[in-house]
Amino acid sequence: MLELNNISFNIDDGDGKTEIIRDISLIIPDNKFVVITGPNGGGKSTLARLIAGIHPLTSGQIIFDGTDITNKSITDRARMGIGFAFQQPVRFKGLTVLDLLRIASGSKISVSEACDYLSEVGLCAKEYIDREVNSSLSGGELKRIEIATILARDVKLAVFDEPEAGIDLWSFNNLIRIFEKMRQSDKSRTILVISHQERILNIADEIIVLADGKILKQGSKDEILPDIIGTQYASGVCSRIE
Amino acid sequence: MNIDTIQQRLLEEVADLHDIPEGAYNLRANGKSIGRNTTANIDIQSKPEGSGIDIRVKDGTKNESVHIPVVLSESGLKETVYNDFFIGEDCDVLIVAGCGIDNCGNQDSQHNGIHRFYVGKNSRIRYVEKHYGSGDGSGKRILDPVTEVYQEEGSTVEMEMVQIKGVDSTERTTLAELKEGAKLVVRERLMTHGEQHALSVYKVSLNGDGSSADVVSRSVARDTSYQKFDACIVGNAACSGHTECDSIIMDSGRILAVPSLEANNIDAALVHEAAIGKIAGDQLIKLMTLGLTEAEAEEQIINGFLK
Repeated sequence: MLELNNISFNIDDGDGKTEIIRDISLIIPDNKFVVITGPNGGGKSTLARLIAGIHPLTSGQIIFDGTDITNKSITDRARMGIGFAFQQPVRFKGLTVLDLLRIASGSKISVSEACDYLSEVGLCAKEYIDREVNSSLSGGELKRIEIATILARDVKLAVFDEPEAGIDLWSFNNLIRIFEKMRQSDKSRTILVISHQERILNIADEIIVLADGKILKQGSKDEILPDIIGTQYASGVCSRIE
Repeated sequence: MNIDTIQQRLLEEVADLHDIPEGAYNLRANGKSIGRNTTANIDIQSKPEGSGIDIRVKDGTKNESVHIPVVLSESGLKETVYNDFFIGEDCDVLIVAGCGIDNCGNQDSQHNGIHRFYVGKNSRIRYVEKHYGSGDGSGKRILDPVTEVYQEEGSTVEMEMVQIKGVDSTERTTLAELKEGAKLVVRERLMTHGEQHALSVYKVSLNGDGSSADVVSRSVARDTSYQKFDACIVGNAACSGHTECDSIIMDSGRILAVPSLEANNIDAALVHEAAIGKIAGDQLIKLMTLGLTEAEAEEQIINGFLK
């Protein structure tokens, strides 16, 4: 279980302090598929990065499975079972897909195990396993490799920051299938996705609407989705994918 | 053949040799040849004045290899060695060179290998050269190699030059002249640390129509080390050339990259690229979110980059 207690995050942009996250308290129960939506600039991605430990909190407390992780590093949080998929996957010159999956799994997994993770995200393992994670890969391919690294880590909490950003429609359809599969998997895993995509919101157990650094609404999909459908908080594929 | 454990370790580092190599070889330790083997197709002869060897590969020799590693484990030894390779026509051979210096003393140890390659028509050679230094003496480990390559029509030379650890000072010069349809591919990997200095100079002349060169260097400069990469491709015919220097700087490391191109023919197509920067913060963060510490992440990124 993840608990956020009165967390705030400010940045000093030269003209004084800007509040990005304002006193948010939130409980994310185990084994749920939770989607955080909201307008651009509302603080969604920042919240995801605060959970992963990429930015330090200005104030407040984060509890993960009963442990206060507020002052724990990115590495410590990762080792406790928090996974984070970047909005813009990072490229590496020289590191191959296999290298990255081996780092992610924390052990020297065999090539065939690594291939299983790639197959799960719909990539032909043979073709990709020895490819470098560099700019020769498309946005959609990188996104799927990013997700494969989360699968390889077998995390307790997987955080996905706008997985639909920067991918084409075909890749987006694949992405939805991967999430549906993860959703149906019997692994005990909490999935937290930052997204405005109606189709991702549609497979959520719970939806949180974040705007202006605060929680605007929170509840089950059935409670929240009808209210926000067709608004900027829950847009269709065509309005988002360009 | 007598080699001690230090020499054995150096041989493993520079030539991946755990045993006596198969095929032709010449092992040189502390200024003397300590073992040699020739084959029906590959002959190795000492130069009359004792300053190096001539390696002659017969026409049509395929799938054979020549190992010529050098190890220095005596402090204060300085030598310049001339090795000439005469490769016949239609050959396909692997040449493994390399030099390992272990200096535990307080005098400088230096090996300068001058390698000249005369590559016959339509031959292909793969040349691997690794440099390695170890030992905790105050004496420096210095390597100043010169490589000259003369390629006949239709020949291909692939060179892999690696210097990852322990060489205090190096000044590497590589000169190449290519005739029609000849191809040169160079992959250089270099890491410097401490107060090391490394200079790498290339001058590749594409003299024949259809000749091509691809010279790529990847390097990492750590601590207060300094590197200079100076690669010049000269297009004197309808040819294509590409040079690239991709570097990571860490700590107070410094790198000067001077790629240059000279086109003397209207049909010469030449490209250069150079990029220097520190490890991207996002790369470190990504690997840390996979459970690595910052130091482990850095190591993985560098290992991958120099692989």
